[in-house]
Amino acid sequence: MDRHSFEVRLFGILRWVVIAGLVVVTMFPFCYMLLLSVRPIEEVLANPGRLWAGPSEWTIETYREVLTPTAAGGQGFLRLLANSAMVSAAATVLTLLVSIPGSYAVSRLRFTGRRQVHFLFLAVYLFPSILLAIPLFVLFTRLGLRGSLAGLTIVYIAQTVPVSIYMLRNYLSTIPESLEEAAAVDGYTRLQTIRKVVLPLAAPAVMANALYVFMIAWNEFLFALLFLVEDRADWTVSLGLAQLSGGIEVSKTVLMAGSVVLTLPIVIIFFAAERLLTEGLTAGADKG
Amino acid sequence: MATTHEPRPAEARKRRRRPTGLRRPLTRKQQENRAGLAYLSPTLIIVIVVVIVPILWTIMLAFQRIRLINVRRASVFGQYTLANLELVLTSPGFWSSLWTTLVYTVGSTALSILFGLIAALALRGRFRGRTLVRAAVLFPYVAPVVAVTFVWEILLSPQFGLANNWGTRFLGWDRPIAFLSQREYPLSLFGIHVDVPMALLTVIAFEAWRYFPFAFLFLLARLQAVPGELEEAALVDGAAPSQTFRRILLPQLAPVIALLSVLRFVMTFNKFDDVYLLTGGGAGTEVVSVRVYEFLTARFDIGAAAAQALVLAAGLVVVLMIYLRFFAPRIEGEEA
Repeated sequence: MDRHSFEVRLFGILRWVVIAGLVVVTMFPFCYMLLLSVRPIEEVLANPGRLWAGPSEWTIETYREVLTPTAAGGQGFLRLLANSAMVSAAATVLTLLVSIPGSYAVSRLRFTGRRQVHFLFLAVYLFPSILLAIPLFVLFTRLGLRGSLAGLTIVYIAQTVPVSIYMLRNYLSTIPESLEEAAAVDGYTRLQTIRKVVLPLAAPAVMANALYVFMIAWNEFLFALLFLVEDRADWTVSLGLAQLSGGIEVSKTVLMAGSVVLTLPIVIIFFAAERLLTEGLTAGADKG
Repeated sequence: MATTHEPRPAEARKRRRRPTGLRRPLTRKQQENRAGLAYLSPTLIIVIVVVIVPILWTIMLAFQRIRLINVRRASVFGQYTLANLELVLTSPGFWSSLWTTLVYTVGSTALSILFGLIAALALRGRFRGRTLVRAAVLFPYVAPVVAVTFVWEILLSPQFGLANNWGTRFLGWDRPIAFLSQREYPLSLFGIHVDVPMALLTVIAFEAWRYFPFAFLFLLARLQAVPGELEEAALVDGAAPSQTFRRILLPQLAPVIALLSVLRFVMTFNKFDDVYLLTGGGAGTEVVSVRVYEFLTARFDIGAAAAQALVLAAGLVVVLMIYLRFFAPRIEGEEA
């Protein structure tokens, strides 16, 4: 057997081994999360090595405890879910309101300083967010915005606008300019052109962007920790889970249920828009 | 020089006078300039207020002795001092923490790109269920960090973790391994005893797991854009798959790999969440960003925290400069 056919056969087999391995390695923690969340804690502690428990042993008690309000003896995650949803939705809408005109300007209009804009965005990534955290912590304390969901939303917008503009700009540059020129000939103003011509064409990119921003805001942890930690009523789900998992008061299976509740919206969004998201994220990467 | 510049003001004045003389509205170019700035202004305002000003402020705070109690007195005209930098640079554990950050960053970056490359090569060709597998592979990257770190913690727990239970049952481990809270694990392999930095390795493994999908996405997109003729030609010439990869695909992927290295390096270097959530910075995993957080929240020493964060940013800039100086040109050369 020569080298060529040997390698073809070898990599043919290896490929399936890798694919199987990838699926197991990536999915296993999530399946384990789900399986653990429906088992009673006593049973888990008694058999820590057991992976699969039959449906007859499943319980939804964990989910009930994690979702019921703290006043009723639960962990109040419903409230935290609402907080997370509010902050993420507000951050998404506002980010798009800011980044759509911004990306249009960067991709279409020639203005002074256009070439320098990306240095500004670079700053967002080059400097650790912990470095921004210190002055923002001080500033928001002074303004009374620390401990408020509105303050957190503002920070999220600043964190997501650059990447949002970058993604949208890549997409906008694929829309032929002649369309806009035609609209201008028809007497549209620039704003009308954006609203009636560019936005409908860029809808998939805008949608992907919205989901991406929502996911970033939903998953964020550091700023939530710095700004909201004092008052439990303001916690986001991520923060709540992190705070409670440090202690020993809440059983681990209940927290697993909390993890499922935290992860589920992201899974749903991701499966609904997997194609949009992967294409939006790597737009331009294939150009080398 | 002076003579060439002299006629300019006169020219400019002439040009400026003309439109007003004809009572023409703004030129198209001016209009576009204004619109561009107007459309970008909300972005600029928010980035300047929430990013640029805080960065400058941090630099200012780093050179003043400020604690949380007297932060109200902090101002641009405060007393500047190098005391913070001195305190930070000479404090015990700072240099080892910088070293930890570097090891953590390089390890995570290299592993995540390597795994991403393997995954991209494996999932390149079509097969039934590819879309589903591709979505599954992206999961670790999109899932909330708090949820995945929590699952890893539970999985690796010495008391009731699955990993330790199966390890002692099936792999013959003498006792459970505290993956996330053991600084050094004595490992003896073929009679050689080495102390393995257990917690740090676990954190690096976690990073590789969580971020290889990011590399995978970029590499797969690039792989699919490689023209098919190149590989067909190699096949006709009798090249084995490994040769095709080394001679054809790898040069095509090199620019993306270079870009990914920079992106992942920068992001991991600044990372706080993952280490903080997994180990809290204990057991030899104290990266600089976690240290900054400790200074800020446990000691309320804003000045020292800012100085530390500044050192982190400066370190990043230095590493990037080295990278751009020595590696970037070579990759460009390969492309040409």
